[in-house]
Amino acid sequence: MKNLLPDWTGTSLDERLELCRDLVEDTEFPTVHQWKEQGGRVLGHFQVYFPEEIAHAAGLLAVKVRGAQLETRQAESHFGSYLCSILKSSLEAALSNKLPLDYFVSHPICDAARNLAAIWGRNLSYPAQVLYLPQNSRSAAAPEYLREEYRRLADDLGGVSDASLAESIAVYNRGRELLEELYRIKRETPWLLPVDEAYVLVALAGLIPRPEYNTFLEATLPLLRQRPARKTDKVRVVWEGGFCEQPPLDMLRAVARSCYVVDDDLLIGLRYILGQVPLDGDPWANLARAYLEQSSYSPVQRDEQRPKEAMLLQRIRDCGAEAAILAAAKMCEPGLDEQVAYSKTLDEEGIAYFVSEFEERMTSFDQVQIQLETFVENLVFD
Amino acid sequence: MTETIVGRGASRGGALFRDWFQEISQASERDRKTAYVFVMGSLGEILRAFDLLPIFPEINSLQTAVRRVAHDFLARAEDYGYSPDICGYVKADVAVQLAGGEHPMGRIPRPSLAIATNACNTYIKWAEIWERMHHCPVFTLDIPGSRSASFDEMPGSPGFERDRLYVQRQLEELVGLCQSITGRELSLDRLRQTMAHTNEMSRCWKEVIALNRSRPACFDALTEGTIYLGVLNALRGTEQGEIYFRELLEEMQHRVAHGLGTLHEEKYRLMFLGVPCYPLFRRFHEMFAEWGGTFVSSTYLWFAAGGMDAGFQYDLERPLESLAQGVLRSVRRAMDSMFFPSQPILRAAEEFGLDGVVFHPIKSCRTVSTGLADVRRDVMERCDMPSLTIESDMMDRRVVSEAQLKNRIDAFFEGLASRRLRAAGKE
Repeated sequence: MKNLLPDWTGTSLDERLELCRDLVEDTEFPTVHQWKEQGGRVLGHFQVYFPEEIAHAAGLLAVKVRGAQLETRQAESHFGSYLCSILKSSLEAALSNKLPLDYFVSHPICDAARNLAAIWGRNLSYPAQVLYLPQNSRSAAAPEYLREEYRRLADDLGGVSDASLAESIAVYNRGRELLEELYRIKRETPWLLPVDEAYVLVALAGLIPRPEYNTFLEATLPLLRQRPARKTDKVRVVWEGGFCEQPPLDMLRAVARSCYVVDDDLLIGLRYILGQVPLDGDPWANLARAYLEQSSYSPVQRDEQRPKEAMLLQRIRDCGAEAAILAAAKMCEPGLDEQVAYSKTLDEEGIAYFVSEFEERMTSFDQVQIQLETFVENLVFD
Repeated sequence: MTETIVGRGASRGGALFRDWFQEISQASERDRKTAYVFVMGSLGEILRAFDLLPIFPEINSLQTAVRRVAHDFLARAEDYGYSPDICGYVKADVAVQLAGGEHPMGRIPRPSLAIATNACNTYIKWAEIWERMHHCPVFTLDIPGSRSASFDEMPGSPGFERDRLYVQRQLEELVGLCQSITGRELSLDRLRQTMAHTNEMSRCWKEVIALNRSRPACFDALTEGTIYLGVLNALRGTEQGEIYFRELLEEMQHRVAHGLGTLHEEKYRLMFLGVPCYPLFRRFHEMFAEWGGTFVSSTYLWFAAGGMDAGFQYDLERPLESLAQGVLRSVRRAMDSMFFPSQPILRAAEEFGLDGVVFHPIKSCRTVSTGLADVRRDVMERCDMPSLTIESDMMDRRVVSEAQLKNRIDAFFEGLASRRLRAAGKE
């Protein structure tokens, strides 16, 4: 297969960021079409986490289905009211064939999204299925169950050998190193990498094959480090609430004008496994255990040993943030539920926070920006 | 006989329900251990075997709506910080918890344990709220559902056995947790006893539902059905529950034998999809009954029974293994009736002689409501069945408009009437 990105060698950092921005915002998903034109098969996986290693090992392009800035002309009639936008825009992308898939997988992350595989199955000709990731993640039986669930999925994709899965894990391990490096830059030198730019660099991972992505990031991270940007007195914040529906890029830009977002949960599914998945032994068990035991957190994954509010506090402390932005997508039940727990905990800990709701189709950000600037001023002059 | 038997299920159901609430109210005074559970996967058999009193916060919440005081509870939870856009059941319960358990039907004790299955994601988020408020142990039970509409893993197949084993291992862990909470060992004989009670309740429930194929229908699936459902959940795994359902079956058989329906004249046989509109519970039913519409079937009687409509019979010789199989099959069936209901609707259309299907998506419950518009499209493509979609809520009267509902319902029946006239003209 040919590379899906246009030749970027020798281009400047700004040109590469523009390339990422264009691809991430392009509602025609050109890289996916290119892959298909070359005869490749595409697996679309809905938020939040999906073991892309398996799809990659089966020879499919794993694409993150994360909504799009689309008018939901067809999808609207398949849903009722009171639902978040990402469901509708994701289905619209599929129904309109802007996002052409050969396979769709969703995980029951929330009451609304757990209906998606069924809706997909009723309306699109390719297979659509649910991957049941454990919610009883501390059960002694969970690792073996998940291993078998991964094998079931792989069989459904046409089969994956142990060796090819191990190779795929190695490729993704390299990707994890690079993404960790990207977040280190954001945390240690946030003036070099505003949140909107970091976002597009991460989101690209959900649009192209991981080996190609790794090569791109390997060549681009050094340019970020050398960037001639000056540190300013912006407030260091954590953004929480980007695990599923994504805020518009313009909203992140508005945030970046007054804050350094030093850590976040934007597209956390692409960065869910922390560190390296072991390469020795049974690759299926290794991948399953990594999800259960060395992963990040999100409001849609239960783990009694890692309460979400404690994890948020740890995130804030680890990155030296002074405050948090507690965002939630409109109509996002898990996000809105968690906002309450987060805000009560931050109150107890005396950590300042800014509560906000967003929608992927928002077009006006003046108010958010003014409110955020006021919040920041209060922090600075408090 | 007719005078004493007809209506017995509703009146005794109401009385049993009040007794159950009294038992709940007295639990803290008597220092009785309790478990907060949900209707899809309540595990009453295990809990009753440990003498843990099951409490259903879903039922507590809907009672506030039926009693028309839900708005006070919702407002309290929203003042605390919860969004207007989340599940109304959760908010009403949060308000009850914040008020120290004060509830219109009694006092809800704090939980010794909470069990949440993954049949509804809000169950898990809700249990996390209790975990934070009461620092109680929360057990999350994974019950892998159907992976797609064509998923057909039957007992004995490798896939089913893998899932069953996962459920069984978790049930064994739950037993260990119950032992540590109650300080007693599990008595397998006691477990067999509770499972035997559930067996009989399930068998009767399946038959009761099937008897509504008769003309006229022997009960209204929305109103009377909800009362029966309450007893089914509250008294699952008990002798009282078994006796109640035997008698209910007897009543329904009597009604069918004597041609006793629920309306003066049953003109239209309808199926209901979704969760009832509890803020207007009686009135909602009347808007259909006034036109001679009876709900003969409802997915609510399937999923809110945790799939007990399948009539699964536990094998008492191998209790835990069979319990795992029953929980997996029943709860999976409950989930299927929400996510993949097209086939069951088409089957019901034939078996129950449906004249129409009513889809009732609500703001508060996205599990049930998200796919309904799409299911309607699918069913309409596959059969010539009139349907109606009306939106309201199970808790929040701010999004329930009686006038709008009535307009839509009246127009639906006018359509059904003219369709019938046209059909008669063709003949």
